[in-house]
Amino acid sequence: MSEVIVITSGKGGVGKTTTTANLGTGLAAMGKKVVMIDTDIGLRNLDVVMGLENRIVYNLVDVVEGKCRIKQALIKDKRYPGLYLMPSAQTRDKSAVNPAQMVKMIGSLREQFDYIILDCPAGIEQGFQNAIAGADRALVITTPEVSSIRDADRIIGLLSANEIERVDLVVNKLKIDMVRRGDMMSVGDVSDILAIPLIGIVPDDENVVIAANQGEPLVGNGTLAGRAYKNICCRVLGQETPFLNFERRISIWTKVTGIFHRSQGGVRV
Amino acid sequence: MRILHIFHKKSSGKLAKDRLKILLISDRINCSPEMMDMIKTDIAKVISKYMKIDAKSMEIQITKEAARGRMGKSPMLYANIPILDLHHETNRSTLC
Repeated sequence: MSEVIVITSGKGGVGKTTTTANLGTGLAAMGKKVVMIDTDIGLRNLDVVMGLENRIVYNLVDVVEGKCRIKQALIKDKRYPGLYLMPSAQTRDKSAVNPAQMVKMIGSLREQFDYIILDCPAGIEQGFQNAIAGADRALVITTPEVSSIRDADRIIGLLSANEIERVDLVVNKLKIDMVRRGDMMSVGDVSDILAIPLIGIVPDDENVVIAANQGEPLVGNGTLAGRAYKNICCRVLGQETPFLNFERRISIWTKVTGIFHRSQGGVRV
Repeated sequence: MRILHIFHKKSSGKLAKDRLKILLISDRINCSPEMMDMIKTDIAKVISKYMKIDAKSMEIQITKEAARGRMGKSPMLYANIPILDLHHETNRSTLC
């Protein structure tokens, strides 16, 4: 039984590619056979985040146009058995592929893989339509900011109109100290507004940038974001996994800073 | 100063949530807040023919979530209209 998951958000820069890389790698590390497909034709990025940019020969458009077999375009990630990447074309545009072609290609990948993860481009135009065409379920990524929540809401509506029933929410780049000050919407606020099931909370963590610099996904390592992504993988597999308790980490910190605040005569909120 | 600040100013997170709630209602049904206001006024006008209502505190809302289970995916309009007097005699007599 294979499952096709599209990672989407509407707005750009909220973490679709990072989530795709970490979800794919995490599931592969848990023994699943996974292929990640970069559907952002013209602006490919998943290859560089994964550190596989030097191994591209053929791409998604070549497969669709019949210039090569699917197997020739798949890059095997040597770090994990069962992890493959299908890169996007950099010199073409979104109109090079249509939804019917995507459905057909995904159909043949289903036979070989447990999970097919589609990295969706930003926007709601053809690139989005291509990415969601063959998907069974979706992960909508948002940050706790008004612009990305508004776009996420629009995307949720479009997914529902395209009969993708299972849609889960990932709240990314959460700044815990800003939430504590009341200057950022909490995860509760965001999931209240969007009203879809929450599948992951990823704190804003500079290790995400470091990992991308190194071309090495951070899922499963000791960092906060790495643990958060690991938990998302477990939930995608259907395992009940409690959300990370950021508050406890804070409370140790507040104990230290609290002394400082009191000595200043400040108010602790 | 800081205490006054807390009491007087709504936190930006709360402000964002409140703004989004209103914005997304109009986004979801593809109609502007002004149009929502017009719908609200018209509903109040019609209901007022039959009973005395509190038009000032009535609320209308478009939700998609509650509608999913009952009627597929169509959005649904909810109206909360406080009734002041069920037997609006004056208007009824004019109708007859």
